[in-house]
Amino acid sequence: MEPVLHSAPQVGHHPAPGKHYLNENTSLWDWITTVDHKRIGLMYLVGSLFFFMIGGLLALLLRLVLLTPQHTLFGITVDAEGYNRLFTLHGAIMVFLFIIPSIPGSLTNFVLPLMLGAKDVAFPKLNLASFYIYVVGAIMAVSSIYFGAIDTGWTFYTPYSSSSSSTSVAMMTMSVFVLGFSSILTGLNFVATVHKLRAPGMGWFDMPLFVWGMYSTAVIQILATPVLAITLVLLAIEKTFHIGIFDPKYGGDPVLFQHFFWFYSHPAVYIMILPGMAIISELIPTFSKKTIFGYRAIAYSSVSLALVSFIVWGHHMFVAGQSQLATVVFSALTFLVAIPSGVKVFNWLTTMYKGNIVLASPMLYALAFLILFAIGGLTGIFLGTLSTDIHLTDTYFVVAHFHYVMMGSTVTAFIGGLHYWWPKMTGRMYNEKLAKIAAVLWFIGFNATFLPQFIMGSQGMPRRYYNYLDQFQPFHAFSTFGSWIIGFSLFMTLAYLLASLRKPCDAPDDPWGGSTLEWRTSSPPITHNFHDQPVLEREPYDYRPGQSGRETH
Amino acid sequence: MEHSFIDYITGQAMLPPRGSEFAGEVDLVFIGIYWLSIILFLAITIPTVYFAWRYKFKAGRVTPHQTHNTTLEIMWSVGPLIICVGLFFWGLDGWMKYAVAPGDSMEVVVTGKQWLWQFEYPDGSRTVNDLHVPINKPVKLTMTSEDVLHDLFVPDMRVKVDVIPGRYSMIWFTPNVLGPHTFTCAEYCGKDHSGMKGTLTVESDADFAKFMATGGTEWEEYRDRNDWAGWGKLQYERKGCNSCHSVDGTSSKGPTWKGLFSKNESFTDGSTGIADAKYLEQSMLQPNAKVVKGFEPIMPTFQGLLRNHEIKGLQAYIESLK
Repeated sequence: MEPVLHSAPQVGHHPAPGKHYLNENTSLWDWITTVDHKRIGLMYLVGSLFFFMIGGLLALLLRLVLLTPQHTLFGITVDAEGYNRLFTLHGAIMVFLFIIPSIPGSLTNFVLPLMLGAKDVAFPKLNLASFYIYVVGAIMAVSSIYFGAIDTGWTFYTPYSSSSSSTSVAMMTMSVFVLGFSSILTGLNFVATVHKLRAPGMGWFDMPLFVWGMYSTAVIQILATPVLAITLVLLAIEKTFHIGIFDPKYGGDPVLFQHFFWFYSHPAVYIMILPGMAIISELIPTFSKKTIFGYRAIAYSSVSLALVSFIVWGHHMFVAGQSQLATVVFSALTFLVAIPSGVKVFNWLTTMYKGNIVLASPMLYALAFLILFAIGGLTGIFLGTLSTDIHLTDTYFVVAHFHYVMMGSTVTAFIGGLHYWWPKMTGRMYNEKLAKIAAVLWFIGFNATFLPQFIMGSQGMPRRYYNYLDQFQPFHAFSTFGSWIIGFSLFMTLAYLLASLRKPCDAPDDPWGGSTLEWRTSSPPITHNFHDQPVLEREPYDYRPGQSGRETH
Repeated sequence: MEHSFIDYITGQAMLPPRGSEFAGEVDLVFIGIYWLSIILFLAITIPTVYFAWRYKFKAGRVTPHQTHNTTLEIMWSVGPLIICVGLFFWGLDGWMKYAVAPGDSMEVVVTGKQWLWQFEYPDGSRTVNDLHVPINKPVKLTMTSEDVLHDLFVPDMRVKVDVIPGRYSMIWFTPNVLGPHTFTCAEYCGKDHSGMKGTLTVESDADFAKFMATGGTEWEEYRDRNDWAGWGKLQYERKGCNSCHSVDGTSSKGPTWKGLFSKNESFTDGSTGIADAKYLEQSMLQPNAKVVKGFEPIMPTFQGLLRNHEIKGLQAYIESLK
């Protein structure tokens, strides 16, 4: 591909020297009415990190309750009803308030327009609206705790949710309904931005792979999320007017609810993992100082994962009462997921081959991602295979599997991406030594917490269990100790990141030798992103000498 | 069961004891995937770690500009695809067995409700959270739920299925290991979800016959509480007595049971007698021997359908209806 050169039209906004998006117009009113994607990204970051902390504290509490079969901690006993509320809130907060909005809302909002050389997203006001819808949804979710919390599991399965649970199911489901619109609008904005606002000379295959990953994510957000909204409205109608849709008491079908729910929630798994993969596709070439291997294969694999994600939902329901034929077809389709996932992993590995690998903290997270995603993906084979799934589904094996994918992969990538773009977002470098220690602790703690859960699950420990047989106690104890290491590493990360904000701006424009456009503006960027319209002079990830013109680190 | 470190390496320790031939087949697939996963895991992890060490940053090193290699891309797309097709059919083989119960299975009807399991055997006797089956004979559990979703999971048999209100679902197994096996609820069902478990007792034909002769273990609770009237009330509802006999004094197709005990009755053959325990037993087993005046001789015999402790319970229940 020949680099394309264009004349550079002036953007026309030249702020005073020393002014950037953080210190220009700093009144509270300026912040809450901002349409700047960078500020909205930052506000999303604060929101989603806050809920990551709440969801994480709930997880630590859950693990503490499960440490012994007695459930008594420091003289306080958590009863079964309390436990059921805890795991439901942990799941619902982590899924709907943290993982789904985190990477799209915070990191992507911030860097996607920069990567495209754009001034902002396509619809800045819509972007702000989507943030406020997120805030409203979050307030509704939190207020549901006041109205008696919720104990249905984050899946809201009927008829338990519609007729048996006495908790505030209505408030929580309406909150998820509202949050869905925030997700849809964010996706819509990114699709329009990618189509219309690429820098002059930037064709589809000149975009950074992060953009490909987020574009695929955005398509799923737009197409799948409305189904969740419809499902929750039907649930509300049934609960209020007793019209039989999902509850057999009124002539409904509970399995129908599961079909609807997973028709959204399986694609939602890819709303969560594709952004993680998108970040890794940036980190690996940047820190290997080598062009990405198989650019098109990685780009196409993102799109094909998005497509496949829509036709595999039934693998959540092999033993749930769907037709036998459907089960067999869904199992066959599920194996398709392995191919694009494998393609990505092999291409990332080959990118590292003969590279010049800088083991900076973001790269440590990328390496952790490769190993944790390998475990998460390979254990998926046990669950996609019919005869072994019968035994393993609904056990801790599934719990461990999806934590390896959602947390071990997506959250690892998120933290890696946060470290990668932190200098760009805040203008500050953090303490690299502490960051490396935290990354190693995160990796150790994660495996200590979730590896024992695979063993428990395959030995027959069902999930969502308040009580358990004594034989599982050592595994639960090990898992709980692991969760403390995770907790420690995360609080450590929070501490040194916040500490970095006390310093004056010290980050170079391109601290990592990145090859994408966001590194061509100042750190932090000016309000209008670039002094002049950037033009694409080289394809992304070109590290040939003389091409990059940069030798940092 | 104690496992050595080697058992964890081979994957054996990952699985609970095997209780059926089917469990062995599932385990074979499990161990197969386990080893495949270990090989693939090493194939990913070793290069990750090795490259990070071997190609650690050195100032001035120039990296090659390798953009793609179509042969490699095809290899690592098609290779996994072939493995996946193989695994799909391997898993399908077990699924086909799981999905269809043998025609000569003993059927036990299972009802799940918050938060207990009720089992009904072919002769109508019932147990709660306590399933007894003979060894080496296929058993088919036909299941439904009275309230929310449940899921009967028997780890040692490697089977589970959701139990759904308004529908029937089925699992089956042919146990080949004697002794107790646990079963649990695997679909979240509310407060006492984790307490909804019980014991599957696999026993010899002789022991199972003995178990069936007593009609299950449910009555033992009533016996232990000495609540024979309560046990009789349960039979009144279960055996269908309530379709013809009221307990509140109203007359139906048969005489009411209220105040029946010790009552002086006149019969259609002109004789009279006291409705004592002996008479009540006769009326259950040979109902048309002495029919109360004013009623038709329409009651079927319960000979062979009532066990002694059930008759005793019914007598006590009638006696309690003053």
